[in-house]
Amino acid sequence: MKDKNLKIVDIIFKPHLVKYEVLDKTVARSNEDILKEIIDSGLRGRGGAGFPTGLKWKFAAEQKAKKKIVICNADEGEPGTFKDREILTKVPRKVLGGMAVCAKIIGAKRGFIYLRGEYKYLLPFLNEELEDFNKHLKEIGLDFKIDIFLGSGAYVCGEESALFNSMEGKRGEPRNKPPYPTVAGLDNMPTVINNVETLVYALMICSIGSKEFKALGTSDSRGSKVFSISGDTPIPGIYELELGMSVYDFVEEFGDGDTKAVQIGGASGFCVPRKKFKETIIGFEGIPTGGSMMIFNSTRSMYNVLHNYLDFFEEESCGQCTPCRIGYQQLKKGVEAVKHGEKNEEYLQQLMKLTETMKLTSKCGLGQSVANSFSSIVNNYREEMVY
Amino acid sequence: MTEVQEKVRDLSEKYGRRRENLLPILQGIVEKEHYLTSEAMIQVAKELDISAAEVYGTASFYSFLDTEQRGQYVIRVCKTISCDMKGKNSIIKAIEDVLKIKVGETTQSKMFTLLETNCLGWCHKAPAILINDEPYTNLTPAKIKAILGDYIRNAEGKQKIIGDIQYER
Amino acid sequence: MANINLIIDDFKVTVEEGTSILQAAEKVNVKIPTLCYHEDLCVAGNCRVCVVEVEGMRTLPASCAIPAEEGMVVKTNTPKVRRARKDIVSLLVSEHNTQCTTCYRSTNCELQNLSAEYNIDNETYMSVLKPDIVIDRSSWAIEKDDSKCIRCQRCVRTCAELQHVNAIDVVHKGKDMIISTFVDAPMNDVVCVNCGQCINHCPTGALTERRYFDDVWDAIGDDEKHVIINTAPSVRVGLGEMLGFPVGTRVTGKMVTALRKIGFDSVLDTDFTADLTIIEEGTELLTRLKKALVDKKKVALPMMTSCSPGWVKFIEHMYPDHLDHLSTCKSPQQMFGSLAKTYYAEKKGIDPKNIVCVAGMPCAAKKYEANRPEMRDSGFQDIDAGLTTREIGHMIKQAGINFLDLEESDFDSLMGESTGAGVIFGATGGVMEAALRTAYEIVTGREVPFENLRIMPVRGDEGIKEATIKIEGCLPEWSFLEGVELKVAVAHGLINARTIMDQVVKGESPYHFIEIMACPGGCIGGGGQPIPTNAEIRKKRTEAIYAEDEGKVLRKSHENPEIKQIYKEFLKEPLGHKSHELLHTKYRKRFRY
Repeated sequence: MKDKNLKIVDIIFKPHLVKYEVLDKTVARSNEDILKEIIDSGLRGRGGAGFPTGLKWKFAAEQKAKKKIVICNADEGEPGTFKDREILTKVPRKVLGGMAVCAKIIGAKRGFIYLRGEYKYLLPFLNEELEDFNKHLKEIGLDFKIDIFLGSGAYVCGEESALFNSMEGKRGEPRNKPPYPTVAGLDNMPTVINNVETLVYALMICSIGSKEFKALGTSDSRGSKVFSISGDTPIPGIYELELGMSVYDFVEEFGDGDTKAVQIGGASGFCVPRKKFKETIIGFEGIPTGGSMMIFNSTRSMYNVLHNYLDFFEEESCGQCTPCRIGYQQLKKGVEAVKHGEKNEEYLQQLMKLTETMKLTSKCGLGQSVANSFSSIVNNYREEMVY
Repeated sequence: MTEVQEKVRDLSEKYGRRRENLLPILQGIVEKEHYLTSEAMIQVAKELDISAAEVYGTASFYSFLDTEQRGQYVIRVCKTISCDMKGKNSIIKAIEDVLKIKVGETTQSKMFTLLETNCLGWCHKAPAILINDEPYTNLTPAKIKAILGDYIRNAEGKQKIIGDIQYER
Repeated sequence: MANINLIIDDFKVTVEEGTSILQAAEKVNVKIPTLCYHEDLCVAGNCRVCVVEVEGMRTLPASCAIPAEEGMVVKTNTPKVRRARKDIVSLLVSEHNTQCTTCYRSTNCELQNLSAEYNIDNETYMSVLKPDIVIDRSSWAIEKDDSKCIRCQRCVRTCAELQHVNAIDVVHKGKDMIISTFVDAPMNDVVCVNCGQCINHCPTGALTERRYFDDVWDAIGDDEKHVIINTAPSVRVGLGEMLGFPVGTRVTGKMVTALRKIGFDSVLDTDFTADLTIIEEGTELLTRLKKALVDKKKVALPMMTSCSPGWVKFIEHMYPDHLDHLSTCKSPQQMFGSLAKTYYAEKKGIDPKNIVCVAGMPCAAKKYEANRPEMRDSGFQDIDAGLTTREIGHMIKQAGINFLDLEESDFDSLMGESTGAGVIFGATGGVMEAALRTAYEIVTGREVPFENLRIMPVRGDEGIKEATIKIEGCLPEWSFLEGVELKVAVAHGLINARTIMDQVVKGESPYHFIEIMACPGGCIGGGGQPIPTNAEIRKKRTEAIYAEDEGKVLRKSHENPEIKQIYKEFLKEPLGHKSHELLHTKYRKRFRY
């Protein structure tokens, strides 16, 4: 790396010399010990929402229930993210290992990978891995079995309660919360649902120790993270980077020299304009992300970018709650009207208020997060939005 | 029992006749038949003892569980921003030229259907498409034309076509 | 259950654990607006109109879907909440066909009310109403207009949770999400049983009954036609709600006067044929029991009532191989129709082709029943038009009748006389009670051994009720029933009918006779009754039905003088030749999926 402010890390993809070595060593430790390690590490969910992983496991472990479930959320659908596919392709055993450690701690006997339908081509490969893995679990005496559940093309199923409904054979509509998954998840059983990357980090923290992990990143954003980098960059791809870098440092490394904006966190994330690159930190204290980093150079119309996102949400909303279903239609129709001169610029203010309502009242994150990308694009590129 | 009904029965046998197996059963039908006919959905309802409206309501939620007629090969072109920026429209144009259909349509031979879809997770290798389950990435108009050519030729020889994605362990 | 203390708008409130904020607010008289919420149904939390502010929470949760927690501080009317609610109602309006002036539900629409309360305009948001929506008028009973649907899913939950029919479901997603049938087929091509509960639970005009009052007005205006109406028991305890009376008011006399003023040539009572049903059905039951007990013949038991056309279509769809359990008796409405154009015509000397027989019903399915091809035993369509209680209310308003101050009058004759037994057909358990009052007396020569004829075990709002009556001291001709413990059950709401039928299918049903009504509460909660209908309203209408019964001099069907007369002069005997021709019917197998 040409810039010291940006550090490449190699935890996730580092190959293991001995198969299942980390897993075997970890399951030999006591539950309290492992849980303490993960809580100490400060690991937060890598899917985007950032809930502390150790706490989630602790809550589930405390539930008194005969049957508990571990789910690996591989319904990666956020525009601009593809890291989970890469992790499942390159280090599937680490993902499975993370699930097994979680199962041991919470006392689950069943695990599932919810694999998005778009990644169905991975199925034969993963099933082969799984067969070997399930066999190994038997050998080491861990009563836990993992299966793959295939999605069928619905972004909203990445929302955990929608994912449960989908696995129960229903429409993938998010549920009311509470109850939360650790209390009543799949088939109302206590369920831990973690992102693919989170599970790998959890396992690896048990190997490298929470100290080494904590040494990376900042106090709010411990450790490193896998980034999916696309758009106007000469070197698109997957990179594991230390958390806490500034967008400026990021763009220095990955930009094409003409970077106008970076969309962090996909369509439901934030757009950072060039003038704010220096002051903006990538991490929970700044802009959190599930790893999607889309870079736009000065040839791109931010109106088109926004329109593309709204188009996406209008289709991928489950449609059950009013603010999300109608809100996205109004936003799209509204920006079109302003762009075509049918509404004046002030109408953008009305739409901005609408995003506030959507953020406050939508049933799940899909509708709540629109305010992020909408206001950050409209506020920073107002001149591109108007007729 | 018709052939389709038998297939549904076999799938229900394989996965189990419970609501939670609805998606795998529907996926199994789509894999074989390319889309869900009314006949197939009614048979699923019978097997799982749920109403046909519930089967349809659930299927129609998922974009890969088509309830409209589809060809043997369903081409899904990613339309999300990264692919859009990298020339998705030129890919669609190339496909339309070769197959003489527009987005949303199926060729008369019932061999291809052309659809747009949301993010496929190949943004770093944009533009990307799926043909049935196989991803094709870093496409150019020339490349997609060659791929389609392979499909058309191979379909005549009934060979399975593998996508261009390599994976390692 | 632990108690939870919280504060809502400065009111301290204590509720049981698991109570929602919405329910807790109700306890302290804080009204939170709702749309997708209906107390008959499970919580959906999808309209988001009921959002509130909870201290410490980032977002505004839906109060229907969030349980009260200890120490919660809730505010239901802050600027933030009001703004959000107004925005949500605005959004719903922007997706809605706002031609309220031409809507059947205008002035009785929950969206319209909220829109008015929040002073919604049509400038803030552009219309995103889908163009080219076609109203589905394929069904005889139900009209579906998607342009007025707010996607609250109350109908879907009703069809699933109360009725277990699942004829409609949510289909597609995102902007295209809509409530529809299997492959968007017309309503008359799917497993819909026409019960109309979806209509009663719809907050707007998206689901309504097919209206036939204009046809009726035309007939009334036609001098050649002799237009008669028969009104079901539940109409008289529901109609008042539409015309300014409190829930549970009996308006029988005023209703009769109003219908006469409207111009019906004769205003008659479906209760008359309800009494007749008891004689025919009671005899059928005793005949089946005799076959089983004396002749040792194979006969379908339990026997089940067939008065509720929603239930009849339900069993035809869902249990087509068990139709022999249904009594072959037509419903009171259809008995009335076939007699109107034979017996009545003969006695009155009117050419039956000029008789227009209208039925005033608390029901949507009756519209379908009237149009069943088998219902033409008089040589004509027996019932020409079925009107709901709501349509009758509309007709009274259209006629400019001042219902509140109307004098009362009695039903006309012929076929206007009834007993309390006919009246209680309107409430769940009523047919059973009426049948027992008569059958017991036929068999033993004594009244049923219940105080004041109130057979309490079959009354009430429990989904499935059962009772056992030991038959002792039989008259000689019924001695084969001596000592028999007659087991009966009563179910209302088709989800309960499912439970009963599943027992029958397994051969495990312990009953001899079962009454089933499609709608929760029976006909008083029917799909044609005034909106809203909920548990409390059903209770008050039920009380009114039983009060009407006790106000009657005659309370047993077999004592009805007009019933005695019709057997003497026309039918001759129960289950006789004429009865079979006019009062009994056959059923058909239908597709289940």
